Amino acid sequence: MAPGRIESTTKTVVLFDAARPLVLESGERLEHVEVAFETWGELNADASNAVFVCHALTGDAHASGSEVDPGWWDTMVGPGKPVDTERFFVICPNLLGGCRGTTGPSSIDPGTGSAYGLNFPLLSIRDFVTVHRALLAHLGVKRLLAGVGGSLGGMQVLQWALDAPEEIAHAVVVAASSRLSAQNIAFSAVARSAIMGDPEFKDGLFLDSPDAEGPRTGLAIARMMAHITYLSEQAMAEKFGRRIQDGAEPRRRFGVDFAVESYLEHQGSTFLDRFDPFSYLYLTRALDYFDPFAEQGALIRVIAQPTRFLVVAFDSDWRFSTSHSRRIAHTLERAGVPTSFREISSPHGHDSFLLEVPDYLDTVRAFLDHASEAAHAS
Amino acid sequence: MRPDLEVIAGLVPHGARVLDLGCGDGQLLQTLIQQRGCSGTGVENDPESLIAAIRRGVSVMEVDIDDEDPAGLAEFADSTYDLVIVSQTLQTTRRPDRVLDHVQRIAGRGIISVPNFGYWKHRFQLLVGGRMPVSSAIPHPWYDTPNIHLSSLRDVETLIAERGFEVQEQVTLGRDGFAIRTPVPNVVASGAVYLLG
Repeated sequence: MAPGRIESTTKTVVLFDAARPLVLESGERLEHVEVAFETWGELNADASNAVFVCHALTGDAHASGSEVDPGWWDTMVGPGKPVDTERFFVICPNLLGGCRGTTGPSSIDPGTGSAYGLNFPLLSIRDFVTVHRALLAHLGVKRLLAGVGGSLGGMQVLQWALDAPEEIAHAVVVAASSRLSAQNIAFSAVARSAIMGDPEFKDGLFLDSPDAEGPRTGLAIARMMAHITYLSEQAMAEKFGRRIQDGAEPRRRFGVDFAVESYLEHQGSTFLDRFDPFSYLYLTRALDYFDPFAEQGALIRVIAQPTRFLVVAFDSDWRFSTSHSRRIAHTLERAGVPTSFREISSPHGHDSFLLEVPDYLDTVRAFLDHASEAAHAS
Repeated sequence: MRPDLEVIAGLVPHGARVLDLGCGDGQLLQTLIQQRGCSGTGVENDPESLIAAIRRGVSVMEVDIDDEDPAGLAEFADSTYDLVIVSQTLQTTRRPDRVLDHVQRIAGRGIISVPNFGYWKHRFQLLVGGRMPVSSAIPHPWYDTPNIHLSSLRDVETLIAERGFEVQEQVTLGRDGFAIRTPVPNVVASGAVYLLG
């Protein structure tokens, strides 16, 4: 294998079956759970160089790719990147309930032989982590050097460190939240209304009719709205301003006229090819209920065996503003858990966590470089 | 390590949980962790220093000490540290009095290290030269300096008493930042380190 081009392909593994079902936080069971995942790099002899990447709402296992097949986090994960695939054994699965190869609401229910749809049980962030932990065991890794994630990915890393700090030596939690605000939940609610209110949703039964298209309009609208919250006002102004999309003169009709409209429409329509409306419902709902610090004794385990945290926020992020990250950082810091916190200056809003923001990437690199050095010293 | 940091390190009890306000690249905290079994957190707002501290494995929080509630030092809870270090930082803050109140609230004990504007060289430059002093203790020109609240040691001692602290130990520093003994620190010392309780 040529250095600098570490190829990876998505693999699939069955982690739970009828003999060993997945018991969810709600008590409900799933008797067949398949997980799609990718790995990069090599696990070293003492299995001390594993880094787990958790993806955000609409991500997948393909965190790192090549020029022809880019990954969704190529700024962070790859040869010579902060999550350096030449030094670390990097794992990234599609999460439970997703629609990119891992079992989710559009998968076939082995009990009925047809797709679950709305009969799929509600999921929690902890359920995502339970499945991640099973994948880790399957790969023969007892302890991660680090878990790394942005947005919903960061929330999984946080939950993991609270549930099983002995499995995760370092945690990088970027642009995340430990408790959605009313405004955050409101955005989720509108997105779900767009999907469920689409006549093609048919109360969730559209999967049963083979020619049904499903709630494409609703899903596209949900995505368009979400994209507004991922960018800052400044980023949108710089990217689009009031530019007219085609030609110098506005058409002054109700079609796409401004460049920003064209952008959102493109985001909405391309999303339809790769995302499932049920997954959107289930994953956003899991976010709404996430409130790990509210649990009795939430910090007991991480106090007893501290994971070292790096919590990062971006000053222009209004999806999960700095106060969300500050709450995570100070809740941990007050409990005596070793925690670093940074508020990175970046104009790109919530999306900053995916972009080339040097101060941010240098910070994560410094944290992981020290983690790696400390692992070698011990 | 800077000689005044050596002096501070010598005053920190073994095993203490320390909050270091204005921790720079985290060298002092790293020394305390490695040599005195301490734990703790640094506070800094310079990106390069923060990255350097994180690279050393020191936990640092990007906080602007001047930010008022609810950000800033108010985020640190009451009685969550054994000791707060304020090294060459008090004079750079907008409200040194409020910083001392936070030290009182967060730990009840502190170590502060300050330059002495009353140092004879400073007095001489102002009296004879008629100009704002520049020295190894306060090396910046008046128009471009982080030190926005310079004071003499006597001023600092007055503030310390006003904010309800007692000076438990005092180390006066000479020209190069090393500890010296003198009966008239407010004139002879370039700065001082105080252990407050």
